[in-house]
Amino acid sequence: MSEILETATPPKRKAKLVDDFEPSLILEGKHQLCAGCGEPAALRSTVEIIDELGLADRAIGVFGIGCYTSFSPVLDLEVLQALHGRAPSLATGLKRVQPDSIVFTIQGDGDMVNEGLQEVIHTAARGEPVTCVMLNNGVFGETGGHMTSTTVLGQRTKNTLEGRDPKQHGFPIRMAEMLAPLDGVAYVARGATNNAGNIFQLRKMLQSAFEVQRDGLGFSFVEILTMCPTGWFIQTGEAPDYLADKMASYHQPGIIKDAREGA
Amino acid sequence: MSAELLEGSEALAKAMISAGCRFFAGYPMTPFTEVLEGMAEHLPEVGGTCVNAESELEAVGMAWGAAAGGARAATGSVGQGLSLMQESIAEMCFARLPLVVLNMARGQGDYFQATRGGGHGDYRTIALAPADLTEAVSLIQQAFYFADKFRNPVLFMGDYYLAHVIEAVDIGPVDFEALPDKDWLLDGSTSGSGTARIISPLMPVKRNAEVFVEYGDYLETSGDKIAAIENGMEPLFESGHCEDADYVVVSYGTPARIIRYAVDQLRSEGVRVGFFRPISLWPFPSAALTEATRTAKAVGVYELNAGQMVDDVRLSLRDKVVESIGGISFDDSGFGIAPELTPARVEARIREEMANLSNEVDA
Repeated sequence: MSEILETATPPKRKAKLVDDFEPSLILEGKHQLCAGCGEPAALRSTVEIIDELGLADRAIGVFGIGCYTSFSPVLDLEVLQALHGRAPSLATGLKRVQPDSIVFTIQGDGDMVNEGLQEVIHTAARGEPVTCVMLNNGVFGETGGHMTSTTVLGQRTKNTLEGRDPKQHGFPIRMAEMLAPLDGVAYVARGATNNAGNIFQLRKMLQSAFEVQRDGLGFSFVEILTMCPTGWFIQTGEAPDYLADKMASYHQPGIIKDAREGA
Repeated sequence: MSAELLEGSEALAKAMISAGCRFFAGYPMTPFTEVLEGMAEHLPEVGGTCVNAESELEAVGMAWGAAAGGARAATGSVGQGLSLMQESIAEMCFARLPLVVLNMARGQGDYFQATRGGGHGDYRTIALAPADLTEAVSLIQQAFYFADKFRNPVLFMGDYYLAHVIEAVDIGPVDFEALPDKDWLLDGSTSGSGTARIISPLMPVKRNAEVFVEYGDYLETSGDKIAAIENGMEPLFESGHCEDADYVVVSYGTPARIIRYAVDQLRSEGVRVGFFRPISLWPFPSAALTEATRTAKAVGVYELNAGQMVDDVRLSLRDKVVESIGGISFDDSGFGIAPELTPARVEARIREEMANLSNEVDA
């Protein structure tokens, strides 16, 4: 029989406050994004891993343009703000002149796959020792839910009102699978933020990606599927399942390439 | 250091390295290609990096990243490639980052692009245009100095002649006044300190900064920065034979070298003609031009385009007759090297204009 909880006196152990859960590299616990957005969890996981690996005093984030850009002034990490699509080339120049730093990019699918596709492909092919993180929600979230190159077939967006039809809009690009075969690429994985288990897996992927960069093994890439209930035009609570059913069935989570010895 | 006999493009590369440039990225396009070749050969010798970029968009992006990391960085192209870079050049102005951008132009059709900017928003870039290699190897070093001093991109306007003429030049480092340390550069060292740095065209500070700056206020300071450059540097120019000139020819870059020669020739025959050469196209040397044209009855602008700098001359000289006397150089090479740069042709053109001048005065 379990112990009966004694409630007459306050517990000896101190109650945890909100602050106790705030990662040390985030200056402000609040974020400006919509309820149910998957990006805060993705960014939090990224900066927590940087902290846990002891890389905090070497890390520089190069940010693209999207909803996540609002995090650039609230992270206690050095930030270089890039133009839409151009983060990988800025990261290249920065890493070349500061080779001891840990350089990562944060871009959305619209930023990386639409506007700046050739940037990330060539950065990967050159084997630049940087970590590119792509937040993939399948829409231009910041403009209000428009089709990107990763929007899955049948998905409704503001400019594919009847759902994405391949006859008119072509097929989605599977970014992680596209980069993996390139020789300069050491690590490629796709994670998701739609439940605690997936976030746990995502953290391990991010850890591997930053270890690859720390050890100078080449280019590393982590794609993160994130919810965008606002841009998907669904109820907030439905977004995690929508991600699993619609997005993850096409953009399948998992480790796609790990070129490290013994991996 | 003593003078070396060097082809222009290699001399420019060596002069950039003398100025402390340690990062260069480019995409081949003649006559910029030859400068890229020079940097690819000589930068590694001093521990620098030259990257073959996949396009001009990436070339300027890489240089942007390197500049943010505190390195003296440069890129460049020709007019068309510069068109592709305009978005980044504009944003680097807003982000307060130094950069040197070479435009090894074909002809002089890019004056508007250089001085008005093809990008977006309220920004200006310093634009420097040498007339010969001796001046170029010094001026390009000054470009790095200005870029760092004002934390703003600087355009360096070269052309086919500058890239290919072989001259004896001293490419040793030129001394400029000491500049403050780059206490804004990114190397990761301030991450996790509570006061991590940010370099952004959107906002200059983190949310927890002691003095927080709103986006709108930051945009407003872009205008202040234009004035700060204009007030912080003397516009550069060269003039000659202007004291008692009836007619002054205004020209920049390589054509100005031909004009200078033609005007010298005409002066030796007693023709009262002078020349004026803006070296900084922005800021434009308006006050000096006003002084140089004090006695002139009319002013001719000789440029290898359909008439671009003539606008700035007219804006500077509101009460003078200012005419465009150059033109697009229709040579088959596409590099704008002939026939408008033939000294005899230039001389005849000036005589023709001056004959009209005396006819008008007589009438």
